[in-house]
Amino acid sequence: MRPADLLASSWRAIRSHKMRSALTMLGIVVGIASVVLTVGLGLGTQKDVSEQIAALGSDLLIVSPGSSTDESGMRGGFGSGETLTLTDADALASEIAVPDASDVAAEKTASLSLEYGESNWTTDVTGTSTSWTEVRSRDLLYGSFFTEEEATAGASVIVLGAETAQELFGTTSVVGQDVTIDGEAYEIVGVLAEAGSSGETSLDDMAVVPMTTMVEGLDASGNSESVDTIYVKAASSDVLSAASQETTGLLLNLHGLASADDADFTVEVQDSLLDAATSVYEKLTVLLTGIAALALLVGGIGVMNIMLVSVTERTREIGLRKALGAAPAHIRNQFLIEAMILGLSGGAVGVILGVGLALALPSVLGSTIVISGLALVVSVVVAVGIGAVFGVYPAARAARLAPIDALRDQ
Amino acid sequence: MSAPVIELTGARKTYHTGDIEFEALRGIDCRIFPGEYVAIVGPSGSGKSTLMNILGCLDVLTSGSYVLAGEDVSRMDEVALASARNRRIGFVFQQFHLLSSLTALGNVELPLIYAGVAPAERRERAMVALQRVGLGDKSRNHPGQLSGGQQQRVAIARALVTEPAIVLADEPTGNLDSHSTRDVLGMLDELHAEGSTIVLITHESDVAARAGTVYNVTDGQFVGAGTGIAK
Ligand SMILES: Nc1ncnc2c1ncn2[C@@H]1O[C@H](COP(=O)(O)OP(=O)(O)OP(=O)(O)O)[C@@H](O)[C@H]1O
Ligand SMILES: [Mg+2]
Repeated sequence: MRPADLLASSWRAIRSHKMRSALTMLGIVVGIASVVLTVGLGLGTQKDVSEQIAALGSDLLIVSPGSSTDESGMRGGFGSGETLTLTDADALASEIAVPDASDVAAEKTASLSLEYGESNWTTDVTGTSTSWTEVRSRDLLYGSFFTEEEATAGASVIVLGAETAQELFGTTSVVGQDVTIDGEAYEIVGVLAEAGSSGETSLDDMAVVPMTTMVEGLDASGNSESVDTIYVKAASSDVLSAASQETTGLLLNLHGLASADDADFTVEVQDSLLDAATSVYEKLTVLLTGIAALALLVGGIGVMNIMLVSVTERTREIGLRKALGAAPAHIRNQFLIEAMILGLSGGAVGVILGVGLALALPSVLGSTIVISGLALVVSVVVAVGIGAVFGVYPAARAARLAPIDALRDQ
Repeated sequence: MSAPVIELTGARKTYHTGDIEFEALRGIDCRIFPGEYVAIVGPSGSGKSTLMNILGCLDVLTSGSYVLAGEDVSRMDEVALASARNRRIGFVFQQFHLLSSLTALGNVELPLIYAGVAPAERRERAMVALQRVGLGDKSRNHPGQLSGGQQQRVAIARALVTEPAIVLADEPTGNLDSHSTRDVLGMLDELHAEGSTIVLITHESDVAARAGTVYNVTDGQFVGAGTGIAK
């Protein structure tokens, strides 16, 4: 039998039951469309998150006190020690010691109550240097950041987060006003533009003061030398790992430690945040794809169901074809190809529907959907595969029918 | 005399229904030569259709041997049987067995499709066969658009399009009125006159009367030798 005749024969059988074929395809259509959508949504969300994190600065090193691992491999004492000092920060800022760093900013944070008139608001107040805006990729909404002179002098100046200003004053236009902390007045020189939130901490509910002001006036911890975090911004993301090595080397040296295993500090790359977020969204994508795969399974069972009905209904036709010289393989292939054509058409329509929804939905949902060509091709291949897999059993049953029994069937 | 196209020796067929065994053919010996017109008659349940299924390679013997056009059918597998049916046998059934989704021409083309004949040649041969049964002008009709007698003539065209060694007809007139019966039997006479080998199964003696040789089956056995009936 010629392949073209086989195809024509299968195609005619599908066309002679248009309604039934369309309904069978529907299961595959829904399954494939949801695969296209979920994969697209997963990829899109991942892209959104990467962009957001990239905006935060993926060329950033975060140095924290405490070692990242203890003997058991678990994170121990992370962030709790007081092993990082202002001296470390100053050394890191030196161009000779860490040539691949463009900016360094140390942070020392305390939770303090800010007052204005009758209202008061407790927030994290961070002491840092003038390089902070550059290092943390922050802009100002009003006014300006404190100056180098104010920083050196330990002036009583403060920069408020937009949310903090809103909470205290009911407005963000507060440059020139004073807030009181511990009975001391601080002049507001600037208000930070909104930056959203990073994990649990709001980036907009905070206040920033010069490090000297923090150490000499506000900090009550008693350890004037220690800092909470040192941010090291690499000259570019290409030299990030070089900057990381230089930072580690310098700090080991300053702390009098021989090997990185003894390190009493941790150097993290901001990228690891990206990785963490990516893995979360990968898991989400896997989950969604799993649900879509279930839909496809249901579609496949639909194909099998209809093919079995079709075999039963066409028993006499099968018997006749066998009497006229069809070998078992001819009959099997005809039913298999019918199932695959159903899969292919269902897959093609599903891809069109999925892409259509992917183009229409973002404007409604506000989320990005990435349509990947590979995913589309794979979807169609999978749809044909489903037709084949779920068509095998009905096709084998048709091929096994004995010609006389089949002919005698009423 | 030339070699027989059909040679049955000690043919037995036993059916199993649950625990019950039933011997439908009980040792049949028979030879049919090219160009013969043979009728097989007998009461209902005597084993005529069973014999026809064996001759048509639709079923296999329990014991005994069947040689069709020089090939031993008893030892063939499914694929070889399918090929033997395709090349050697042309069937005409009581229920016509045409595919309603195909035109008359499409139905006649079917055996040629399984023989792997190219479309152009296929169409031409099918058309010639249809013209031979006098339905050249109905080639595009679907079975539903043909009378019973015309449908059976399409089936006859389908049976002879492969130029088989033998045309097997099981009660071909069983579903037809007297006019169509005459039509179809006349058709078979013509085929015979042109040299085809025909085996006709029937329980009507006037139908059998047209054949050159009549075999009488009773309880799965031939009764008496083949009776030559002069036409
Ligand atoms: N598949 C089967 N399984 C069991 N017994 C069968 C089977 N086919 C036929 N038989 C039995 O074999 C016997 C012969 O059946 P067959 O169909 O050959 O009769 P027949 O001569 O063609 O009768 P009719 O003239 O009524 O068509 C019957 O008794 C029937 O019950
Ligand atoms: Mg019968």
